[in-house]
Amino acid sequence: MQIRSMFFKANASSALANPVLQANLRTSKGKFVDKRRTAVADFQAEGGDFEAMRVAAAEVRNLVLKDLDLWLEKFEAAATARGATVLWAKDGEEICRHVVDIARRHGVKKAVKSKSMLSEEAGLNQALEASGIAPVETDLGEYILQINDNEPPSHIIAPVVHKSLDEVADLFEKVHKKPRKTEIPELTREAREALRQHFLDADMGISGGNFLVAETGSVALVTNEGNGRMVTTLPRVHVVVTGIEKVIPTLEDLSLLLRVLIRSATGQHISNYVSLLTGVKQPAEHDGPEHLYFVLVDNGRADLVASEFQDMLRCIRCGACMNHCPVYQTIGGHAYGWVYPGPMGSVLTPLYQGLDKAIDLPHAATLCNQCGVVCPVRIPLPELLRKLREQQVDKNLRPWLERLALKTWAWVASKPKLYALGTRFGVRYLNWLAGGSDRIRVLGAAPEWTLGRDFPAPEGRTFRELYAARKP
Amino acid sequence: MRIALFVTCLVDLMRPRIGFAAIRLLEAAGCEVVVPETQTCCGQPAFNSGDRASAALLAKKVIIEFEGYEYVVAPSGSCADQIRNEYPGLLGDDPEWHGRAAALASRVHELTDFLVNVAKLDKLPGEFAGSITYHDSCAGLRSLGIKRQPRALLAKLPGVELREMPGAEECCGFGGTFSVKFGEISAAIAGKKCANACTTEADAIVGGDLGCLLNIEGKLRRMGDEKTRVLHIAEVLAGDR
Ligand code: SF4
Repeated sequence: MQIRSMFFKANASSALANPVLQANLRTSKGKFVDKRRTAVADFQAEGGDFEAMRVAAAEVRNLVLKDLDLWLEKFEAAATARGATVLWAKDGEEICRHVVDIARRHGVKKAVKSKSMLSEEAGLNQALEASGIAPVETDLGEYILQINDNEPPSHIIAPVVHKSLDEVADLFEKVHKKPRKTEIPELTREAREALRQHFLDADMGISGGNFLVAETGSVALVTNEGNGRMVTTLPRVHVVVTGIEKVIPTLEDLSLLLRVLIRSATGQHISNYVSLLTGVKQPAEHDGPEHLYFVLVDNGRADLVASEFQDMLRCIRCGACMNHCPVYQTIGGHAYGWVYPGPMGSVLTPLYQGLDKAIDLPHAATLCNQCGVVCPVRIPLPELLRKLREQQVDKNLRPWLERLALKTWAWVASKPKLYALGTRFGVRYLNWLAGGSDRIRVLGAAPEWTLGRDFPAPEGRTFRELYAARKP
Repeated sequence: MRIALFVTCLVDLMRPRIGFAAIRLLEAAGCEVVVPETQTCCGQPAFNSGDRASAALLAKKVIIEFEGYEYVVAPSGSCADQIRNEYPGLLGDDPEWHGRAAALASRVHELTDFLVNVAKLDKLPGEFAGSITYHDSCAGLRSLGIKRQPRALLAKLPGVELREMPGAEECCGFGGTFSVKFGEISAAIAGKKCANACTTEADAIVGGDLGCLLNIEGKLRRMGDEKTRVLHIAEVLAGDR
């Protein structure tokens, strides 16, 4: 996917000016946040300890990341023993090459897809189309985006969270050329009818993977629509495209991670479907693919192992960090400009696409830590964002005026006499700007502040002046 | 008990009365309050902007100025968090400074936390009549566990009626330099905070961090709300004077 993170600020402005988007964001925020809260409360009420489970989940992920290569080898051996083929992809291009090769080898004309963020990273749909293979998105949200001229997703688990029912109804009417529907069940029925034939025609299914289980060589898929089952069992060929960091040791670990993942993501106790897919169809079995491929992708991940950003690889893509982020809640996901939005996206985008390509993202957060306290694998997102800010400073990527201002200010603050003098004048200047009122309407020194709010005027004199005057 | 007040740069510049209110409260709790004269800023703006060198420079200055006191109290969760939780890591490369930072860290408290948990202040010097809604600032709440403390203190004022707003724990959008880098987004988040606070129809929005309060007051006034007061918890507890 083409990165557009350098336009973050402009994108955010248009998002703020879009009343339909603002209304949609308000509704979705309430839903996600409330549902997670209720799910956690229910779990506690049943005698569970959600915090302890977060700690345990983070430990499992850390354990894997410590010896990632070994766990991947284990997974590869187990999957191969069950008849699967494991392929490795260094970057997006290699993902596309592998998948197109597989499609050609098996004479595939059409591929049905269930959700895979990695295929977004790679721009897989475009590559398939260019090779004469028709990709059809079957996750309802992804389907809506695909028929809307390949619009990018705005959320990692709810890709059309930015759209209203009305917008979807209009789109369906236009594309399906059927009378306009207004109820959700009618709309989903219409999508299902449109997709049914694709499922039957497709020779290949492409899915993501929530977890790769090393001990059994299985992939675990968490979905709510059932399309994942069709994609992975109907066609002759199934290709799993997922990141190398998704591997976990055992089924026991899977059950732990599912418990935190699903509650954090949708607030369900368990999703409508949890599929555990192992190996190719055996002679006595009735369904499943004849050919199973795993395309395990690096695309920047291996570089994070043993780096100061390794914690980020624990991510299990639940979306809770964005759901709880005041910035995401206010501007939505598109503004972030690449595959992953919100706090986790603001960490991953600069790491995977380059620090200079997403200069605003590490700063596009108030560091409120509403993300860190809900993350099911306890990723210290604010700390990682701050580390990226440090790297930007070290690599001279910040605007020179900002760097100069910080340095000057810190230098002055380290000289108490100078600081006292500076603040003395500063306060008087601000008061002059306020013109005797209790507020400043336009603040020249920090114009951004007064774009959407006033700046309260200072009291008049600094504390230090008043305190010195008061002392006997 | 001899304690040092860390005034914070925002209070110094914008609202000295909060500093004086903090002194009155600490004295009411039986403390001898010292205000180290050379203090300036804790360095958090530099730290959060990725300028580690500047942040370390100011951290060392704060340590030198404050390490001689039994306790250090700041009328801000955000500054207290910076000294308590970030200084040791910030100076982690230098064993001597790391040790000094760690020795200071556990003695640094946010004002309401100190009054409730250390000084165990019983009788408040101030009076306040009216309804209040309390905004939980992020660093105080999520890094220092400041939630119960200000409410326990407010409960000691018979004239106060506390009305909780929806989303009291949600960020107000200030975020330090975020507020001037992404003014539009910041103000939009502040708008939601104000809307939530206003559903309570309280006379005053109260909090423990001046940055958030300036943000909230600025947004309220721009929205045309001239009547809701925005006050620091210290001003309420110590009484207006
Ligand atoms: S960073 Fe944490 S909260 Fe965000 S998507 Fe990943 S696992 Fe979920």
